[in-house]
Amino acid sequence: MSAVKMTAKVISQERLASDIFSLVLYVPDIAKQAKAGQFVSVYSHDGSKLLPRPISLCEMDRKKNTIRLVYRVVGGGTKEFSALKEGDGIEVMGPLGNGFSQKNKKAILIGGGIGIPPMLELARELDCEKCIVLGYRDETFLLKDLEAAGDVYIASEDGKTGVKGNVLDAIREYDVKGDIIYACGPTPMLRAVKEYAMANNIEAQLSLEEKMACGIGACLACVCQSTEIDEHSHVHNKRICKDGPVFDAREVEL
Amino acid sequence: MNLSVKIAGVEFKNPVTVASGTFGSGAEYDDFVDLSKLGAVTTKGVANVPWPGNPTPRIAETYGGMMNAVGLQNPGIDVLCNRDIPFLHQYDTKIIVNVCGKSEADYVEVVERLAHEDVDLLEINVSCPNVKEGGIAFGQNPKALEQITKAVKSKAKQPVVMKLSPNVTDIAEMAKAAEAAGADALSLINTLTGMKIDINRRSFAIANKTGGLSGPAIKPVAVRMVYQTVNAVKIPVIGMGGIMNYQDAIEFMMAGATMISVGTANFHNPYTTVEIIDGMKKFMKEKGIGDINEIIGCVK
Repeated sequence: MSAVKMTAKVISQERLASDIFSLVLYVPDIAKQAKAGQFVSVYSHDGSKLLPRPISLCEMDRKKNTIRLVYRVVGGGTKEFSALKEGDGIEVMGPLGNGFSQKNKKAILIGGGIGIPPMLELARELDCEKCIVLGYRDETFLLKDLEAAGDVYIASEDGKTGVKGNVLDAIREYDVKGDIIYACGPTPMLRAVKEYAMANNIEAQLSLEEKMACGIGACLACVCQSTEIDEHSHVHNKRICKDGPVFDAREVEL
Repeated sequence: MNLSVKIAGVEFKNPVTVASGTFGSGAEYDDFVDLSKLGAVTTKGVANVPWPGNPTPRIAETYGGMMNAVGLQNPGIDVLCNRDIPFLHQYDTKIIVNVCGKSEADYVEVVERLAHEDVDLLEINVSCPNVKEGGIAFGQNPKALEQITKAVKSKAKQPVVMKLSPNVTDIAEMAKAAEAAGADALSLINTLTGMKIDINRRSFAIANKTGGLSGPAIKPVAVRMVYQTVNAVKIPVIGMGGIMNYQDAIEFMMAGATMISVGTANFHNPYTTVEIIDGMKKFMKEKGIGDINEIIGCVK
């Protein structure tokens, strides 16, 4: 199988926090082959918005042939998606990217902000000891789902939930230990996680984000800097959409 | 029904190709498009050595379009010859190689390297607005354009297409300069230089500050420039700029383009190229057009 572009049917939409929405789509060809850490491109109906919005997969239900996308409304495109209702159609392409490479060792899953959703499917699929560390700005979301999937430790910027501070403050405060880190979140968080992983000699897989156009490795918009010369690009660039979005922390410069 | 067209003695099974840089080497679109259906695949601009391109963010969406400043990141001519050209030879399509450089010597080196390769046309990019040296510098001054065209033509074993920039005062003057220097064909338009500011962050949306604007927002400018160019020179023109569907493609051909390239639309819908070919056939059938060449430049 390979990536497909097709019209998905909206099963449900729910608001999880002020600007966070959860969209469940019926799209068998994507649901069947997707894995944790991959993403889909979602297309606007508005002809003035040409580029798809890349959104990570929060969950897949391979029996019901559905995928769940949990996303933040940041502009006109995501605002349009938030108005989708049961029965509506929406163009999606996927599954895209590589996804996490799951290892059977004690895991620390770290999600920051809108990097939290992909941790849910990963937490469910990982059949080993695991801790889930979440960093919120203020309002929490997906907390119940994640608590059902593993032990959860929280940091929030306003200090209302868990430790006041960031995900690394939570890791230190709760003395969270593990042999592999899977992380998704804003670049400053990933930079700190990489530093922590290197200092403690822990393997880390980081899911990166960048403005994208094609989503399939052609346009070279969404590159990140690689430590070594990349075998496809022949320069120090890797394509986040195609070679990632998940990279071994040692492969990339943040 | 005939869809085949000819440029500089090369016959293409239909007039549809892709705009350089929007389709990778073709391999990236393999999941979505049967490359054998395309008139030609135009590859991403290639230099004599690998280029790292610009810092990110490299793109920004704009109303009815997008801006990019990728900066011609490419793996260099060796990789194109060893990996990408053999890949494309698996398909029944023509190959147009887009060539970029920082100096005349760079362009010439790539063209010489391609002399023994089985490719059909060379498209010389003298119009990229996103690189500091070379690129557009050769495409905004008729004398410089004439000189680079002559230099490339003197070494090229394949027909040479000069890709022109819309960021000029008089496109006809540029077209004539390229023709006088021996260009076999012209392609236009490359992107229009633009800028976008993120008002919340008080910063440029693209790290390069400026970017090349593409997409349907620029289509009327492109159609106008194709028309002016076709009426200024005798050599054929490959038209592009915001083509989203077969109607747009037909419009460019009626303005005088012999072939058309699909660019930004590939990002919006990876099936655009084949949908345009199917749409053209439907249009010809409906209008009783037996040969696509009948409509090239039919609007005077």
